[in-house]
Amino acid sequence: MSSDDTDSNRRRFLTAATLVVGAVGTVAVAVPFLSSWSPSARARTAGAPVQADISKLEPGQLIIVKWRGKPVWVVRRDEAALATLPEVTGQLRDPDSASSNQPVYATNEYRTRKPEYLIMEGICTHLGCSPTYQPEITADFQGGFFCPCHGSKFDFAGRVYQGVPAPLNLPVPPHYYISDGVILIGEDGVA
Amino acid sequence: MGKILIIVAALIAPTLGWAAGGGVTFPNDKIEIDWDDKAAMQRGARTYVNYCMSCHSAEYSRYNRVGADLGISDDLVRDNLIFTSDIHGDKTKVGELMENTMQTAYAEEAFGVAPPDLSLIARSRGVDWLYNYLRGFYVDESRTGLGVNNGVFANVGMPHVLAELQGLQVPKYRSEPDGHGGEHDVIVGFETIKPGSMSKSEYDNTIHDLVAFLDYVAEPYKQTRRNVGTGVIIFLFGFLILAYMLKKEYWKDVH
Amino acid sequence: MSEDNNSKGLLGWIDARFPLTKMYEEHLGKYYAPKNFNFWYFFGSLALLVLVLQIVTGIFLTMHYKPDGDLAFKSVEHIMRDVDWGWLIRYLHSTGASAFFIVVYLHMFRALLYGSYQKPRELIWLFGMFIFLALMAEAFMGYLLPWGQMSYWGAQVIISLFGAVPIVGDELTLWIRGDFVVSDATLNRFFALHVVAVPIVLLMLVVMHIIALHEVGSNNPDGIDIKKTKDANGVPLDGIAFHPYYSVKDLVGVVVFLILFSVVVFFMPEMGGYFLEHANFVPANQFKTPEHIAPVWYFTPFYAILRAVPDKLLGVIAMFSAIVVLFLLPWFDRGKVRSIRYRSTSFKWLLAMLVVSFVGLGYLGALPATGTRTLFAQIFSVGYFGFFVGLWFISKNEVTKPVPERVR
Repeated sequence: MSSDDTDSNRRRFLTAATLVVGAVGTVAVAVPFLSSWSPSARARTAGAPVQADISKLEPGQLIIVKWRGKPVWVVRRDEAALATLPEVTGQLRDPDSASSNQPVYATNEYRTRKPEYLIMEGICTHLGCSPTYQPEITADFQGGFFCPCHGSKFDFAGRVYQGVPAPLNLPVPPHYYISDGVILIGEDGVA
Repeated sequence: MGKILIIVAALIAPTLGWAAGGGVTFPNDKIEIDWDDKAAMQRGARTYVNYCMSCHSAEYSRYNRVGADLGISDDLVRDNLIFTSDIHGDKTKVGELMENTMQTAYAEEAFGVAPPDLSLIARSRGVDWLYNYLRGFYVDESRTGLGVNNGVFANVGMPHVLAELQGLQVPKYRSEPDGHGGEHDVIVGFETIKPGSMSKSEYDNTIHDLVAFLDYVAEPYKQTRRNVGTGVIIFLFGFLILAYMLKKEYWKDVH
Repeated sequence: MSEDNNSKGLLGWIDARFPLTKMYEEHLGKYYAPKNFNFWYFFGSLALLVLVLQIVTGIFLTMHYKPDGDLAFKSVEHIMRDVDWGWLIRYLHSTGASAFFIVVYLHMFRALLYGSYQKPRELIWLFGMFIFLALMAEAFMGYLLPWGQMSYWGAQVIISLFGAVPIVGDELTLWIRGDFVVSDATLNRFFALHVVAVPIVLLMLVVMHIIALHEVGSNNPDGIDIKKTKDANGVPLDGIAFHPYYSVKDLVGVVVFLILFSVVVFFMPEMGGYFLEHANFVPANQFKTPEHIAPVWYFTPFYAILRAVPDKLLGVIAMFSAIVVLFLLPWFDRGKVRSIRYRSTSFKWLLAMLVVSFVGLGYLGALPATGTRTLFAQIFSVGYFGFFVGLWFISKNEVTKPVPERVR
């Protein structure tokens, strides 16, 4: 019979090896169960990118497109609206959109690829109400969006004013132009 | 203990000789489906959407899943396999389920019974049954409106949708004892009276591919299942060796 | 002042407030089980494994399943196709259900072989029988949930058996169903019972079953009481600590089981239509009964007994009696010798008759009834009940071999 030392070393080694391999097996078993929480094919389909036909939009008109259960605004901004953007920069909380939520190509003054068309999620960054569209430019308010729930104001690029409860600019979803008259919301695309 | 097991087995054995007395159906062939032959399943998918889908939905299957599994790009799927529109009038998206617009009430009135969804038909009826059923339609004037019957599914309510491919055939009968002391006519073959666009072997291949597709639709993850299983069992055998060595080591203590 | 010694620390803190070390020693580290456990002794721990498996996979299925008559069937296919790894979770659960019964039947058979139901273990046997009843209820209700043709019509047939109860039969079936036929109302309540109520009952019964076992100690293949021969420290000479010896041995059993289980799950989950029945791939249709309704394989022996009796009420009584006699087994067996190794030839023949009858009944229960088959079912039913009657007679003055003092 071999000495106690060898036996207990072998015992320790086999126990450790079994525990390690068992742990690997357990983790491998956990993977399918945890993965089953990922969005299913049905959820991925429902969340698939959505096309929007913008060819018939009038200047100043806003249409709402449903994407991933959210209202996405597509606004064709006129010259007057675009002109207000540099004017109000001083009154904004995040004029360069440094903290806010938008793709790289929308991190600019217009917060979009082509200045004429704004594509934005219509969900207030305060507590989730959907703001109203205020296209008129008056002395009190240079136009944009106003949230009736708690009074947050946003400019024509969805940038939030100082002194209102909302902390960030309205989010911009990934999007690109399939053609001049059609955009795809939900994917970054090439251009 | 061993003696008892042998006696038990010997007593049970005769009961296993009882075969269920099945009805006689024709044709009665077996089908071989090669799951690596994606091209056959692609052809089957094409046959399915062109001939079957207007009546038979496959409502648990998604177009893009079919495309991904069978090697068909989303664009090709969109152009060649999707013929329905959604409520906005846009073509059904590639991520959607393979539903159709056949209304149940209308179908029941027109056919007597609503054409069933076929997503799982290969698991409920079996691939052999399907292969024979789809080749078993024959001319039967007594069936008003349909004009056909089926050698596998007697008095089925389905018309011979693929008649333009197979053509029309009549059965050849033979008299056989019916198990109750009398005799009845049993179908033992078919004779083509009006050829279709395909020869017999072409039609058989088309049906083979269609059934292969239905086999896929019934369980699209079958190959994944088998591949994962192989890995799991290999791992477990390795673990078994380790666990057994561990057991032997500790049990040295026990005498 | 805390009770923790230098070496105990956190453990000492816990032990001062919760009997953790005490429980570990009582049930694992210093629970002395006989050293001669054989193949038949794997199935208790395997049953526990399958219980845990069913609960875990069941919980994850509940995350996607919809207990509504219009949505249930589709939600199962949604799990199989759209949910990542959903097919695996489903097959684990469906195979687990059949595996549960295979393991439990073999576990019960062990008790018959070695007299594990005899004094002082009658209560363990009774708890086990209640577990078996709860398991059958759990499986029956679970089978309705996929809402396939076999789910629906199997439930319709079995529930209508309760209509055989005199006077209140019809009211009873109406009450069970919650509707005039099996419907969405039935589905929803079976879902609640299957997911919440019966699992809780099962878990409680399993705990009591194990506590009752540990109170008297395990039996063994020789049927000897190992506590009769102890060493100076009070440890039975033929006993070994459950941990590490049986934890390590049961691990091997678990891995072998998992290999066989995986072969089924990954390569033949339908098992020829016995684990997942072909008719259940067709959504439930209240207006079309399938050609052949059969219960799932693990119910077929009892179903065969039901059908063997030509009268509806008497058939139901016979079927329930087949379970009741199992409950009463410790009192049918008047013998003092536990293990088949030392019992009479008559006992061995009786047990063989039981096995042949049970398997024969099971085989017949899956098939459509014919004249010949019914006759054989009647013969096998006599064989089944005959075991208990015969045991009562032969066990009183049984000719047994001498039982050794120490295990072999």
